[in-house]
Amino acid sequence: MSFSGFQTMLGADALESSNFLTLFAVFMAVCVVMYLLVIAALLIGMWRGRSSREQLTVESGRHHETEPAFRTALIGWTALILVGLTALTIASFFTDRSNASVAQNPGLTLKITANQWWWDVEYTSPDSSKMIRTANEIHLPVGVPVEATLQASDVIHSLWIPNLAGKQDLIPGRTTDIQLLPRKIGTYRGQCAEFCGIQHTHMALDVTVESKADFEKWVAAQQRVAFAPTTPLQLAGYRYVTTRECSACHNITGTPAGGTIGPDLTHFASRRSIGAGTLPMNTGNLYGWVADPQSQKPGNHMPTIGLEPADLHAVVAYLETLK
Amino acid sequence: MTLAPAFTEDVSKLESDGFGTLSLTWWGVIGFMLIEATGFALLFGAYFFLMSHEQTWAPQPWHPPDLLAGTLFTIVILLSEIPNTLAKKAALRLDLKAERRLMAWVLGFGVVLLVIRGFEFNSLNIFWYDNAYGSVLWAILLMHTTHLATDFGDTLVLWLLIKTPHGEQKRRFVDADENALYWRFVWGSWLPCYLLIYWLPRLFQ
Amino acid sequence: MSSTKALRDGPKLTGPKLQSALDATWSRPRGLIGWLSSVDHKEIGARYIVTALIFLALAGAMALHMRLQLMFPGNRLMTPELYDTSFTMHGTTMMFLFAVPVMQGVQIYLTPLMVGTRNMAFPRLTAFSYFVYLSGGLFLWTCHFLGFGPDNGWFNYVPLSGPQYGIGKHSDVWAQTVSFTEVAALAVAVTLTTTVLKQRAPGMTLARMPLFAWATLVTSLMVIFSMPAVELDSILLLSDRLVGTQFFNPAEHGDPLLWQHMFWFFGHPEVYIIFLPATGFISEIVATFSRRSLFGYPIVVLALVSTGILAFGLWVHHMFATGLPRVGYSFYTAASIAVSIPTGLQIFCWIATIWQGRPRFEVPFLYIIAFFFTFVIGGLSGVIIAAVPLDLQLHDTYFIVAHLHYVLIGGSVFPLLGAITYWYPKLTGRMMSPVLGKISFWMIFLGFQLAFFPMHISGMLGMPRRVYTYPAGMGLELPNMLSTIGAFVVGMSVLLFVLNLIISFGGKEAGDNPWDASSLEWATSSPPPGYNFAHIPAVESRTPLWDNRDTLPVVYGLKAEERELLMTSLISAASETREPSAMPSIWPFVSAAALAVLFVCSVFSPWAVAFGVVPLAVALIAWFWPKKPEPSEEAAIA
Repeated sequence: MSFSGFQTMLGADALESSNFLTLFAVFMAVCVVMYLLVIAALLIGMWRGRSSREQLTVESGRHHETEPAFRTALIGWTALILVGLTALTIASFFTDRSNASVAQNPGLTLKITANQWWWDVEYTSPDSSKMIRTANEIHLPVGVPVEATLQASDVIHSLWIPNLAGKQDLIPGRTTDIQLLPRKIGTYRGQCAEFCGIQHTHMALDVTVESKADFEKWVAAQQRVAFAPTTPLQLAGYRYVTTRECSACHNITGTPAGGTIGPDLTHFASRRSIGAGTLPMNTGNLYGWVADPQSQKPGNHMPTIGLEPADLHAVVAYLETLK
Repeated sequence: MTLAPAFTEDVSKLESDGFGTLSLTWWGVIGFMLIEATGFALLFGAYFFLMSHEQTWAPQPWHPPDLLAGTLFTIVILLSEIPNTLAKKAALRLDLKAERRLMAWVLGFGVVLLVIRGFEFNSLNIFWYDNAYGSVLWAILLMHTTHLATDFGDTLVLWLLIKTPHGEQKRRFVDADENALYWRFVWGSWLPCYLLIYWLPRLFQ
Repeated sequence: MSSTKALRDGPKLTGPKLQSALDATWSRPRGLIGWLSSVDHKEIGARYIVTALIFLALAGAMALHMRLQLMFPGNRLMTPELYDTSFTMHGTTMMFLFAVPVMQGVQIYLTPLMVGTRNMAFPRLTAFSYFVYLSGGLFLWTCHFLGFGPDNGWFNYVPLSGPQYGIGKHSDVWAQTVSFTEVAALAVAVTLTTTVLKQRAPGMTLARMPLFAWATLVTSLMVIFSMPAVELDSILLLSDRLVGTQFFNPAEHGDPLLWQHMFWFFGHPEVYIIFLPATGFISEIVATFSRRSLFGYPIVVLALVSTGILAFGLWVHHMFATGLPRVGYSFYTAASIAVSIPTGLQIFCWIATIWQGRPRFEVPFLYIIAFFFTFVIGGLSGVIIAAVPLDLQLHDTYFIVAHLHYVLIGGSVFPLLGAITYWYPKLTGRMMSPVLGKISFWMIFLGFQLAFFPMHISGMLGMPRRVYTYPAGMGLELPNMLSTIGAFVVGMSVLLFVLNLIISFGGKEAGDNPWDASSLEWATSSPPPGYNFAHIPAVESRTPLWDNRDTLPVVYGLKAEERELLMTSLISAASETREPSAMPSIWPFVSAAALAVLFVCSVFSPWAVAFGVVPLAVALIAWFWPKKPEPSEEAAIA
């Protein structure tokens, strides 16, 4: 068990997730007290029955009588419950208000579209040359409120980055939104939290919260078109990717590959994972994924093509240039 | 039993086959009406939920259903309550001849209503597969038709039954009384259906 | 003909002579046809309970398989398809084929005995509903074994389950299973309601009715108002999938959230439909084993009724993450927190009863103690997730899995096991083994904590629901391993409990009232005869058998050679009429079979609805058509 986990609601690494921890602690305190009171009453009640004093039972003929003290105790218990629950409701209300305050002045806007089983991410901007499109990852500058609008292209998904905030569903035909205010630099992980089909398990999101400077560097890198191939192997891979099956689904900005069915690959190699969190990004896993995505993530929408070894080497070499 | 009985009350003189709340099946019919009323209420809820998404209702460019068949149906079914009430009263006074005659009238109205209902489906101006508005209109009309048709069937079977010597049993008069009660549910549930199918789609154009 | 010609029970006809006349009147034919024609509520109730326990075992096996898969990160024991089918079948079977039917089964068995009548209000309808339930369960599991059982979770959200993304028949099978189980449950609810309201023993006013009967009444009314929602939802889904309607299609003015609203409008009351009968068990067991009448009877009744009503106003708390207006959410938070108040009051009354009594720690009572320790945790975790800021993190994680099992198992299964142990002597005439009972009790109580407590932690450490594996390095290894071990302990304890049920057929003889309890079912033999009571009892208090130790006040004058029972008035239970009671009949079985054919075939073609109605109509007409009127002065239902 780790409180410094990368996908935990105990992380308190943002405004909403810190509020969660505080409110949860308040609720736990009240609930633990109530639980102990009930158990104590039960244990005392059971113990008293074993004493030798005459009890109000059928054996003593007094099974219809009650001690008047219990009526008072009942009123006290009811009052205690009412007070406790009212306090909790008020605490919840104040937390809600605090969380809602993030929405007031967003410094960054995102648009996230959920698909079976990957996340399409756009950084929107009134200036179209500053827009970024990526997949399965987000970078955020620390301390800046973020507003993300959420949509789904197929079925219901749910965006959940527990270290930062609670979850929000992405529902076809509707637009929902989520606000984030990250407070701690770090790498985190989000995961789809609404069953969305066979690879629901492998629909994660890599989240990086970094300093403003690092964030600007990342943005600038994302705004670049894809690096051109330099070596002959990379060139062969470039040719394959932009003319064969890959380009039907994937987009690589600055190349003829302009498919929109699957994740954008322009800066694919700069991501931490492959297949929306299915595999860590490294050469070996890249080979495994490109050669046979179905064995890594069975049922996902990327078909296993069965590349010739030469093509496989070339494609992987080219993909590794897409930083 | 090990406990010896201590006799208190003699119930042998109590009547059997009472009407209304004195009949177990009356309670069963009420229970069934509660279930079906809940079903209608939920379908109406779905209707309003879908309507809340729209700027106009019926949604553009669809037209609301034509009024003729539906309004004719409503008038005829309300008129059918006349023989129905008379049949109910005949049952309560154990008048078999009147019961047989009046139930036949109710059945006659039923046949006419089923025919008009066919025309109603044709006058909705939309198909169930066109969009959710069409789907919910058809669903409401179909749900009510199921009640209409099954109650017609029930009444028909009961009428045939009381034309036989079984009709002389007191129990059959209780059945006829409860059957008349259910007919009231059939037209009672129709009234909100009529408003939702024919009038609301005209009011929010 | 004067009415004195018929043979009637009374001072002149009592004891063995009466019993043999009643035996002949209330028996059913032997053999398979006789079994299929039975309208005896005790037989039907027992069938419900045994069938439900079989489904419990099947669903439990699914759970153990999943726990093996989740034991290690990256485990490849199960394919994703198998895992998705497993969690769906586990939930669907537990909720629709075990939890509600077993509660209704116990209610069917006990209610007529507890209120002092001879049979349920609609015996043939009760028989019919058992066969419909059984067909539904067989349908679901057959389709599962044939490879097209449901695989989209027990609440089957659209659009994943809709025509575009729900390929194959899986989702249709789910929807139609719901049709079977809801028809059965609704029929039973109407019967139970009528029985409780109109067939109570003379003198058993509503204020003297056992709390079990109150729980039965409230639960049955909840069924009537909630189950039409899931039935309608599944019809809308089948309609979208099979005939092209657009209810849930946002591209054509439909809305996926319509599914959720309508499902949870049923789904939330559903969990109270499963919990409230258990509170009925608890009230009876606590009173009997504390040796006194329950403290705060009117409070408990008010708590039952208010829980039943409030339960209908909470459903949006299952949808806090869907982006509905936040202002509306506050209402549901307040209501969801408030619903714990009536239950808190019931808990007070139970503990107050124990406190003022002299508890006897027999096995049924032990299960009630386990209830307190377990259910209260579940209830409090429920208060936690009622708060929107907390729920948005905890929703759809293993924290919820922990919560729901704490309330369902702690709140319903533990009292159920206590109830089975408590009433087993009445059903069979034998006592269950106390030694085996105590062993299986400790195993399930402790095994349950080991299995489910860690899930609160794994949820908070980031484990979502419905995942077939999880990455290493998130701290999930230990909680999952503990849960798996605990799950197997629970599985073994259930086996032990079932073993106890079986071997106790040869157990110690029980007699009429082995626990010296106070309610009417203990006034007749164990097991009871077909006619329940030789003379209909009359009552003068809430605890009839404690207030009349040597004799049983009874009314007399019902026919002995025709099936007859007594109807009494709604509130004060004054004798009103004598009502004939249905004889055994094959038509409920035939009607259920016709309905099953209609439901199953309509999954494959909508025309089946039109054609299937014909044999169903024939069977129903045969059911209601009376036998030749005999020359007696009153009609019988035959």
